[in-house]
This record gives sequence, C-alpha cells and structure tokens, in this order.
Amino acid sequence: MTEAIASKSAAAIDRAKSQGRAALIGYLPAGYPSVQASIDAGIAMAQNGADLIEIGIPYSDPVMDGPVIQAATTEAIENGFHVASVFDVVAGITAATDVAVLVMTYWNPVVRMGVDEFSRRLAEAGGAGLITPDLIPDEASEWFDASDKYGLDRVFLVAPSSTPERLAMTVKASRGFVYAVSIMGVTGTRQDVSSSAERLVADTHAAGAKRVCVGLGVSNAGHVREIAAYADGVIVGTALVAAIRDGGVPAVADLTRDLSAGLAREVA
Amino acid sequence: MAETSENADINAVDAFLQGGSLKNAPGPYFGKFGGRWMPESLIAALDEVQDTFEKAKADPEFLAQLADLNKNYSGRPSLLTEAKNFSAYAGGARVFLKREDLNHTGSHKINNVLGQALLAKRMGKTRVIAETGAGQHGVASATAAALLGLECVVYMGAEDCRRQALNVARMQLLGATVVPVTNGSQTLKDAINDALRDWVSNVDTTHYLLGTAAGAHPFPAMVRFFHEVIGEEARAQILEQTGKLPDAVCACIGGGSNAIGIFHSFLDDPSVKIYGFEAGGDGVETGRHAAAITLGRPGVLHGARSYLMQDEDGQTVESHSISAGLDYPSVGPEHSYLADIGRVTYEPITDTEAMEAFRLLCRTEGIIPAIESAHALAGAIKVGKRLTEGQATPSDTIVIVNLSGRGDKDVETAADWFDMLDEDGNVKGTTLSTRKPKGPAERLADAEKDQN
Ligand SMILES: Cc1ncc(COP(=O)(O)O)c(C=O)c1O
Repeated sequence: MTEAIASKSAAAIDRAKSQGRAALIGYLPAGYPSVQASIDAGIAMAQNGADLIEIGIPYSDPVMDGPVIQAATTEAIENGFHVASVFDVVAGITAATDVAVLVMTYWNPVVRMGVDEFSRRLAEAGGAGLITPDLIPDEASEWFDASDKYGLDRVFLVAPSSTPERLAMTVKASRGFVYAVSIMGVTGTRQDVSSSAERLVADTHAAGAKRVCVGLGVSNAGHVREIAAYADGVIVGTALVAAIRDGGVPAVADLTRDLSAGLAREVA
Repeated sequence: MAETSENADINAVDAFLQGGSLKNAPGPYFGKFGGRWMPESLIAALDEVQDTFEKAKADPEFLAQLADLNKNYSGRPSLLTEAKNFSAYAGGARVFLKREDLNHTGSHKINNVLGQALLAKRMGKTRVIAETGAGQHGVASATAAALLGLECVVYMGAEDCRRQALNVARMQLLGATVVPVTNGSQTLKDAINDALRDWVSNVDTTHYLLGTAAGAHPFPAMVRFFHEVIGEEARAQILEQTGKLPDAVCACIGGGSNAIGIFHSFLDDPSVKIYGFEAGGDGVETGRHAAAITLGRPGVLHGARSYLMQDEDGQTVESHSISAGLDYPSVGPEHSYLADIGRVTYEPITDTEAMEAFRLLCRTEGIIPAIESAHALAGAIKVGKRLTEGQATPSDTIVIVNLSGRGDKDVETAADWFDMLDEDGNVKGTTLSTRKPKGPAERLADAEKDQN
C-alpha cells in the first residue's frame, strides 16, 4: 500500500485497533431520504460507534447492489438528488464529528464531473477518499494521479475470485484499506457470512495489505463479531439502509450501537 | 492516458491511410474506448472467457464445429438478395439485402449465440444467462441452450416483455426462464444490470451470453468475431453478383453487433463508405431517442468506455425507440472509435422514417423486416439518394444493407403504428387480436365474467 500520504481511513482503523477492536464502517446513500437526513444519519452513526462512514452516490445503474440499496438510491434520484450534494453530506458529517468519511461511487459520475475536479471537491469537503466498486486498478490511472494530488484514499475491492496476482496488484494500488467482498454476489442482508471471507482476508494480508475490511451481507452484531475476529474492519450497508428506511435516524443510531457491540475481540 | 489514446487514434488513422488494417482490433481498447470498467468479482470470469475464446479461435476443431452449426443448423450462408423494386426509392442505386432474417430464429443474433454457447460448454458451464431487448437475442440464446443442453435464464425489461410478448412465449417454449426486469426504465440496460448481478452471484456455473458487441473486454472483440461471417459472406457474394465492391454498406446500431459483423470485411477498403444508423426515436431534438454516438458523450457503462447518453451528473439517460432492439443508451466501444476516426458515419433515423422504410420493403419486395433493420433500410434510402445525386447511371452505385432480422415479432407494433387496430387491439373489422392468444384459464375467467 502507498503510505507516503497520510491516510484518514488508515488512521481511523488504527485508532480502533489501538483500542483492541476492529473498526466499524457504516454505509448510507447520500440524499436518502434527503440530504439533511444523510448528514444527520452520518453523525448518528459516528456518535454510536462507527469509525468510518461510507456515503454512496445514488446511480442509475448500480450493478453491485441488491434490491434494498437499489430502491433507496432510485428514490434519492427521483427526489432530485444531484451528485454535487455528496460533498455537502461529507462536509456536514466531517464538520460535526471526527470520523473518516469515504465516498462510495460507481465510476461514471466521477468521469462526468472530471476525475480531478471531483477529487478536489471531495478533499475540500474533508472526505477521506473513494471506494470504487466498478473501477479496477487496471483502469484507474487518472484516479491514481488525482488521489495522490489531493491526498485521498483509494479503496479498491478484492473478491474471493481474485487471483494471487490480482490480489498483490490491488493491494499495491490501494491506500487506506482494502475492501474484501465477503461473497460472490451483490449487496444485501444474508443469513450467514461466507467462510470464503476469512480466507480472502488472510490472503489479502499475506499479499501485503495492512488493513483489510470485510463487506457485503454483514447484517447483525453476530456477523460483526465473527468478522471482527479476523478482519481490521467490518462494513455494514443494507441493514443500515433498511433501518433508515423503516425507522429514520433514530433507528440508524440504535442499529449502529447494536453492531458496535460486536466489535470487541474476545479476550483469550 | 488521454494523450496516448489520442496518439493511438492518429496512428490508427495514419495506418489506415497507409494501407494498414482496422479490421481485427483485438481489444481491450479501441482508441480511448473499451476496457474493463467492471467489479473485481467478475475479472476472473472475464479472463476465463478471454482465455477460452483465444484458444478456441486457434483450434480447428472448434472452428469446424461452429462452421457446421452455422451451415446445418442456422442455414448459412444467408442470401444476398437484390431489392430491385426498393431501389427506385433509393435514388436508383442497386440495393442488396444481406438476409440475416433468414437465419434460424430470424435474426443475426444466432451467430454470436452459437459461438458463445460452444465456449460455455468448453468452460464446463452448465447455465447461460442473457439479456434481451427485442427478444431476438433471448430467443437465440434459449435456442442454443436447448440444442446444447444448457440451462437458460433470460432477463428482459418488463416494458419490453409487453412490447414483445410473442418472443417471451417463444423463449418459454424453448425451455428458458424469462425474468421480467422492473428496475429503472424496464428496458435493455436494466436487463443487462440484472444479468450482471446474476453473473456475479453464479459465476462458477454460469456464462453470461452477452448479446451485442458491447460490454467489458473480451465481449466486443469476441462478439464481433462470431458475426464476422456476415461481412465475409456479403463481400464474396457482392463480388460474385456484381463483380465489384459496394459503394456503401449500411446497418442499424443497437449495441452494434450486426453492424460490426458486416462492417468488418469492408473496413480496410477505403472505397467503401460505411454507415451506422442509430435510433432517432421521436427525433434527436426531442431528447427521446437512442442515438448514443450522435448525441452522447464518452462515459462508462456495463464495462466499457464508449459514447453514452447521460445527464450532467453522469446518470444514464433513458433511451427511446420504437424498436426494442435499438433502445439502448450506449453503443459498443469499437463503434465509438470508428466514429471518432471518421471511418464510419453514424446518423440517426427517426421512428417515422424507419416505419416508412418498413412499409416500403413489405410492399415492394415482399419482405417484412425487423423494425431494427428498417432503420438500416431508411438509412440506405438516404445514402442511395445522396450517392446517386447527379449521376447519369445511378445503377452504377451499389449499396448493401444488413437486413439483421425479420419482422414477425413486430407485427403488433406495426399494426398499431399503421392504425390497423381498433380500440380493443383487434385487427380492424375482425375479432383477430394481435395480442397473445388467451389461454384456457383466461377464457374461462372471461366466460364467468360474461355470466355475471
Ligand atoms: C433484428 C435485430 N437487429 C438489430 C438489433 C440490434 O442489436 P445489434 O446492434 O447488436 O445488432 C437487434 C437487437 O435486438 C435485433 O433483434
């Protein structure tokens, strides 16, 4: 991993580690149900145990997302969400808390704004970096330049299907942490966390990653506990989106508190 | 990066002008287009497809198997038919139709499907998934799956299921499962999204049989390869029938597979003008169209960088066309490249122009074309007029049109367009519905309703 640039996400994960636990990373889409609600929900997550926050940009063609997130992001767009509002959400959360705030986005909205322009505005808003579900390092040369220029984290994904060569390449390309996709599939809540996740985390660590966080299908404190035992961070998305859908910001706060209870590593 | 691709463009044009070749661009990049804008989860699968394809292409046994299916199953070579009556409407240019409508299942789609289904078998996959717009690719996929003993699931926008109900039934008769997609615009792009979600989740057993020359590498180059037979046959046939190369080649552009298939054989002949016709819908000035090259700007969708209809936020804009098969907001990356270097001219054709050409071909030649293909016919009318203008002997001008499919699936749309239906959707003056016939259960329910 590139370490010359100080990484906000790495610092947040390391802070959790120094407290003897894995980091909790909560995802919510920007503008769902409104821009202000996204800010409030982000702050609520930060105040209830989340170490990093991932703000998604609603996109017309979210191929890595299951029905719950699709429904939320579609509604956000229908309600008039504009990409530039994501910077307001990031700024609103970073102004009120000291969590690291990353933006999760499909690549075309960034291309449309211009990779440099997008990165500059994200850095100005206090953002930590980008998680890019449909951008692989092979296509990311513009993003390498811009993220170096503005000091942003580059969180690429690795999957159970990644070959050792691709793991090594992706680890090298990433800054902050590496996002390990727990299962072959799309976002959504699941009964069990697949056993392939533990192996993938081990392989990614072995490939040189200092920090590996696991996402996709993590739905409850039990899952969090399971993953916290071997990963540096646990990423929860769909369950939080369902919470804000059904119970608004208070439900997000409750669920985050609940999830964070699973973080502490069992003391042997 | 931008600099090198601009240089690559210039180099490609130079190479072409100096007698180099544009024909066999291998991907992943076509100038600054193409690539793999895909989740990491699918990269291993794309690599496997690429590897299997490269090996198969060099394997005489595979090529023989494919040639045998093309000949003895699809009915290739397809005819090259001179449309002598239609010619009068194209300025008197001689118009030749490459009859992909005569292939088994009724369109060019079968060429690609047989190739990819054979690859799926080679990879040991037991299941294929496909997206479909008009239903032609879905029908072709279901057909190949039935023939080769593969499970088949087809994703189809709910809007398209309504427009192409007959093809839904055809796929089901062939043993495929059709999944209506209710996300987004409920058309082709959303069907592709759902197919990709399925593929990510089932990649061990499943091959994604993409139906057009778009998507992530190796799909654009691979789908082109399986359709190159169209151009190879057409080139030999026109030389045999007229003794010379055509002045122009015309095709419609959805994702661009039938077009790249016929263009391929003529790309390196500077004397041949090449035209791609996009769906202009209600007219490009109305915003309701599917003319990605004409009015889009470069972006990434479904794995490739290409021209894309998008708003100022980079959200995909919904496309519109009377033709379900052209109703796609992007286009294969090789076409974006060929447009940028000026080798191929892309123009929009409105619904009205396409339907006029549709009727004309029915009446003058006794051939009912797919509405997709009618866009190419409408384009050929314009091109024929343009090229023959001021010419003493217009019949010296030769235009080939890729007639990519037959119009059986479009009968309801056409009957509606030409005002042949009454309010109940019956053909006027009859009780004959163009809609799908009622099954026993529905008839029973109607009878009960009548009694009440
Ligand atoms: C008959 C016919 N022609 C053309 C197309 C457009 O696809 P492509 O541009 O890939 O040839 C379709 C797609 O469904 C079709 O059915």
